[in-house]
Amino acid sequence: MIQRQQIVLLVLLLALTLLGFLISFSSGSSQLGFREVIAQFLNPSPGLEQQILYELRIPRSIAAFVTGALLAMSGVIMQVLLRNPLADPYILGISGGAAVAALSAISLGLGGYWISYAAFFGALFSIVIVFGLARSSHNWSATRLLLTGIVVSAGWGAVINILLTTSANNSVYSMLFWLMGDLSVSRAGFVSILILVLGLLGMMYFARALNVLSRGDLQASALGVNVPRLKLILYFTASVLTACAVSIAGTIGFVGLVIPHMLRLLGARDHRVLIPASLLLGGNFLMIADSFARTVIAPQQLPVGVVTAVIGVPVFLLILRHTGKRIRE
Amino acid sequence: MSSTANSNLILETRDLTLSIAGRAICKQLNLHIAPGQCVGILGQNGTGKTTLLHTLMQFRKADHGDILLEGKRLDEWSKKTLATQLGILFQSTQDIMPSTVLETALIGRHPHLADWQWEDVQDEQIARNALAAMGIADFAQREVNTLSGGERQRLAIATLLTQQPRLFLLDEPGNHLDIAYQVQSLNLLRKHVLEQQAGLCMATHDINLAARFCDQILLLLGDGEFVLGSCAQVLTQEHLSSAYACEIRRIELEGRAVFFPA
Repeated sequence: MIQRQQIVLLVLLLALTLLGFLISFSSGSSQLGFREVIAQFLNPSPGLEQQILYELRIPRSIAAFVTGALLAMSGVIMQVLLRNPLADPYILGISGGAAVAALSAISLGLGGYWISYAAFFGALFSIVIVFGLARSSHNWSATRLLLTGIVVSAGWGAVINILLTTSANNSVYSMLFWLMGDLSVSRAGFVSILILVLGLLGMMYFARALNVLSRGDLQASALGVNVPRLKLILYFTASVLTACAVSIAGTIGFVGLVIPHMLRLLGARDHRVLIPASLLLGGNFLMIADSFARTVIAPQQLPVGVVTAVIGVPVFLLILRHTGKRIRE
Repeated sequence: MSSTANSNLILETRDLTLSIAGRAICKQLNLHIAPGQCVGILGQNGTGKTTLLHTLMQFRKADHGDILLEGKRLDEWSKKTLATQLGILFQSTQDIMPSTVLETALIGRHPHLADWQWEDVQDEQIARNALAAMGIADFAQREVNTLSGGERQRLAIATLLTQQPRLFLLDEPGNHLDIAYQVQSLNLLRKHVLEQQAGLCMATHDINLAARFCDQILLLLGDGEFVLGSCAQVLTQEHLSSAYACEIRRIELEGRAVFFPA
């Protein structure tokens, strides 16, 4: 039975999301503030302002929201799958594979969509490698996967360093931005939005089974869940969601780890609430972080990954402290 | 025994042969659990009590033979329907993700719910009744990680009661419970089994507990051989002493058999 406080949480997050979009639309280096944005919506008038809003700000806000939402959902899934609260979407080496592919594309002088495609397939390639190596007798244990993921990540890390040290100076700058996670040239295409929606629907379908799975494989199996099939679907989904996020904005850290945690601490443990809540809060969080990234030292921009860490770390620590106290009392 | 399915039985194994890592657990076991009956599985550490329970749960395959639940072979049941009929209490539970006591018990309703369906008031009532039966109703909103080991074990039993299976498989039900709660919990399960004409099969190392609550005993001897029969037939000094490789004495006290190592 859904509890009232969980409905309240979802409604609040929805409201926060609308507000987040407005804030994000109104942030940037040009003089186009909250009031002007509202005015443009209520009473559209063609011109530079409209162009900035519709061609720059809105697509970027959507890209930020979609990326954050994808990462947070993927984080939820990975934490259940690996039965490890410290798991994040990148833990199985997805980010390393994506980074090597994207950086190679950058060093070859390719731009825009090529980098995205490279990142997407690099991510999937890395996942295939990790699963291939971790597999033993048709079975994947969480520990084996984790270890394989960590080792493969370390390998990718070395390749990344080779690329960074051997590339021309001007491309190193774009590479660093990509590695820290950057939304300045990002667009979330139709495909990524579709992946987000399909991911949400699929995960909502399995949400109750996820609740059961988080009690352990045997318990889930005893309660009628087809565990091997479910896990395969989950690994696949989480990988595609992460690959998609990485292809939009590079490797933005922190969102996938912290958002699910924050929500669990706020009482959303049921995956039927946690999954949509993660989508909303993750998207929102990245959108707001990106608003900071482009205004704090405007007209210069910070990589958004830096901002997610700067905001996320203290917020998370505060929540952790607060709930820790409540439990002790 | 006739070879046709006996649908009056809750569980029937036919010539069940099991081994793990090359070691035989049982050879051609024909175990019958009738409605209202409790069966105890005894045997030394490592003789395969848990493996046998896990095989009955279909977690692993038997080498040979069939397992029938209510006259139907286990693999003919859909996984989900099976989970409404067959439930297990594990030797240990995992609680890595945070969760309240009530949320944990409600997990037992999973097989009873359709896709997309949420637990309703009735499901919650079933869970609350189970918590009350195990004496942890006051903890409904407590975090599981704040419970003691014994309270967790009672929660695990409450979760199993919430699942409402027809056959209860219990792996060391006395784990973490003090002597009073051991007797109280098993009394409650025993009563439930009798009232609902359900079945119960428990693996335990506590001979006294098995003697007190079980109608039938399966004593595993460790080499694929076993003794199966009523308590009086199986729980003798000779059988037990050879099964545990330890001199075990049996005395009668207040009309009850009591077992202890010599």
